[in-house]
Amino acid sequence: MLKTFRLGGVHPHDYKISRDAAIRMFDIPATVTIPLGQHIGAPATAAVKKGDRVLVGDVIGTATGFVSANIHSSVSGTVTSVDAVPDGANLRKPAVTIAVEGDEWNPAIDRSETLVRECTLEPKEIIAKIAAAGIVGLGGATFPTQVKLSVPPGKKAEMLIINGVECEPYLTADYRLMMERGEELLVGCEILMRALGVEKCYIGIENNKPEAIGHLRQLIAADTAFASRIEVVPLKMRYPQGGEKQLIAAIAKREVPSGALPIDVGAVVQNVGTTFAVYQAVQKNRPIVDRVVTVTGKKLANPSNLLVRIGTPISSLIEACGGMPEDTGKVINGGPMMGRAMANIDAPVTKGTSGVLLMDERSSLRASEMPCISCAKCVDACPMGLEPYLISKLSRLRLYDRLERERTADCIECGCCSFTCPSHLPLLDYIRLGKAETMKLIRARQAK
Amino acid sequence: MNETLIYTIAILVGLGLIAAVVLYFVAQKFKVYEDPRIDETEAMLPGANCGGCGFAGCRAMAEALVKQDDISALYCPVGGAATMKAVAEYLGKAVAEKEPMVAVVRCGGTSCNRARINTFDGARSCAVEASLYGGETGCTFGCLGNGDCTRVCNFDAIHMNPETGLPEVDEEKCTACGACVKACPKQIIELRKKGPKGRRVWVNCVNRDKGAITRKACTVGCIGCGKCVKTCPFEAITLENNVAYIDPAKCRLCRKCVAVCPTGAIVEVGFPARKPETAAATAQAQTQVSAQQETTIAQQQQEGGEQHA
Repeated sequence: MLKTFRLGGVHPHDYKISRDAAIRMFDIPATVTIPLGQHIGAPATAAVKKGDRVLVGDVIGTATGFVSANIHSSVSGTVTSVDAVPDGANLRKPAVTIAVEGDEWNPAIDRSETLVRECTLEPKEIIAKIAAAGIVGLGGATFPTQVKLSVPPGKKAEMLIINGVECEPYLTADYRLMMERGEELLVGCEILMRALGVEKCYIGIENNKPEAIGHLRQLIAADTAFASRIEVVPLKMRYPQGGEKQLIAAIAKREVPSGALPIDVGAVVQNVGTTFAVYQAVQKNRPIVDRVVTVTGKKLANPSNLLVRIGTPISSLIEACGGMPEDTGKVINGGPMMGRAMANIDAPVTKGTSGVLLMDERSSLRASEMPCISCAKCVDACPMGLEPYLISKLSRLRLYDRLERERTADCIECGCCSFTCPSHLPLLDYIRLGKAETMKLIRARQAK
Repeated sequence: MNETLIYTIAILVGLGLIAAVVLYFVAQKFKVYEDPRIDETEAMLPGANCGGCGFAGCRAMAEALVKQDDISALYCPVGGAATMKAVAEYLGKAVAEKEPMVAVVRCGGTSCNRARINTFDGARSCAVEASLYGGETGCTFGCLGNGDCTRVCNFDAIHMNPETGLPEVDEEKCTACGACVKACPKQIIELRKKGPKGRRVWVNCVNRDKGAITRKACTVGCIGCGKCVKTCPFEAITLENNVAYIDPAKCRLCRKCVAVCPTGAIVEVGFPARKPETAAATAQAQTQVSAQQETTIAQQQQEGGEQHA
């Protein structure tokens, strides 16, 4: 029997319509807008000013503090402004705008396609290189990778888990990466294992991607160095298996306690995209300047997987895939479960943009809210073992002081509760609000 | 038969007596003295338990009033000066005279002043909408119109106007408890002095974007031009983050700023109609503004393509 996690979860249809579309290079746009806050944590501090010339891969924003990440130029050209620019939510955030001139790369970057296998760097050097390259979790959470790899004293990593689950319906960016860049990916796993000092690496892939499972197994079997240390684990398809804690539960059968981190049970989880970026950063000196974005939708003419420079306007991706269908109701940044509807489609692609999903008007609109019938479907669906109906209600009544006891801070915002609710209650909307308030209370107490 | 009855009654009476004696001593041992004035004071307070004073309810406020020697910092916004005076007289303490306040909604972005560029499809709550994105219009600072403020009001004093999409405060009912001020995620509502005869002047906008951006999003937004700051003879107006603010403590209600504001972001209430020539000028200005609005709306309609968010 295939492995999966124990608690909760739902089974949405996977709609991987762009699965056979090979990754295609997307043209460099005339101007790019690169936000300085593309990650969880403090936004980077601008390192360039108006009029500066930059090359591809030059640092344009330096990390502010420990939980932050460097930002690099994704194009060569002249900086035209460092100013607040509306993001996908239409809120103005600091960003660097660059007018593109040619495509000149920083000479330190190795752009050749040859595979570099050997890595003899010390763990500290690897982590420093990853930090310099501004790598963050490319699955969508955008947590700075060097922070995850810095194991706190007194704790020990026992295994590395690579997240190739891609449990979000529609998205295929990670799948294509596994199919087309398998060798690089496995070298990336080796580098991460070296950085963490672990001897075992598991790659979790759901069984709706049998080709990826077969392909990676073949590559591993072909190389004795990989065969003894890296293992592909096929998983039963279930959302949200790509969640860090769910994936650890599925593969290692270990439960991360409430409030603890994966490292507390000896596991470190990295996404497939992140692992590939680590390979590029360590072996090729290449920072994050582009990423694979799935542009998809049931009515879209050409659902594609595009290799896009960071800062490219999302509207241009939609144009390149056949234009926006007439009855589009929502453009979603990310997948249908956890993605956010965009208010401004001219917003740039960032490190966290794993996909752009176009939903038609009818299927995008929410059904009207009905009273709660106390069926407890949300309780069954919650992968964190919470009581969504209760948290949502408390948050709605503004009883924020009672939320902490209900473990609201454990919510991973996967949306299973809203997805499963037969009364179409906006459970997650209120839970998210309550979680933000709870975090505020916790931080205020810690600050005292 | 009789005997059973007698025994039963005797035992029950005996038990009752023993319990009474025990309870008497327990009550003596654990006696808590409570100032009877607290009850009296609580009776004088309005009993709304709104929390406007900063305490959990009227009882907590009454306790504080009785126990604190100096009660000048305490104030019941609901009862107002009359209640506070009565309480002070009863307790023999001095209270500070406070001017009556009223909640003021600082946003003029009605549906015709501020075009919608997308439709919010989530839970009907301002707090939820504000946590997700910038809102349905180009202005990311303005009223979201889901009525969180109306839901927290204990006095039925604030209501959404379905035509404008903005909340309106009923001056008669508003007690300035501040519940709506706390509920608004955009910090649009402010408690201001009610003013003599209900006359007030304030900047009806909180948009901190630069002028050009504000202008594009809303026809009555403050563009931070600073004309009012220069005009004010009493230095009551400050300009910070591209938005003007009139200090109610310094404002003498001369209304010169209202006349010079190019966008009409400064509003006045409670004043009698202006003198004829000024009235004509204002009317002209208003027609200009509305004509402008019509053209912008027509343009926006041409651009078309409303997007759901």
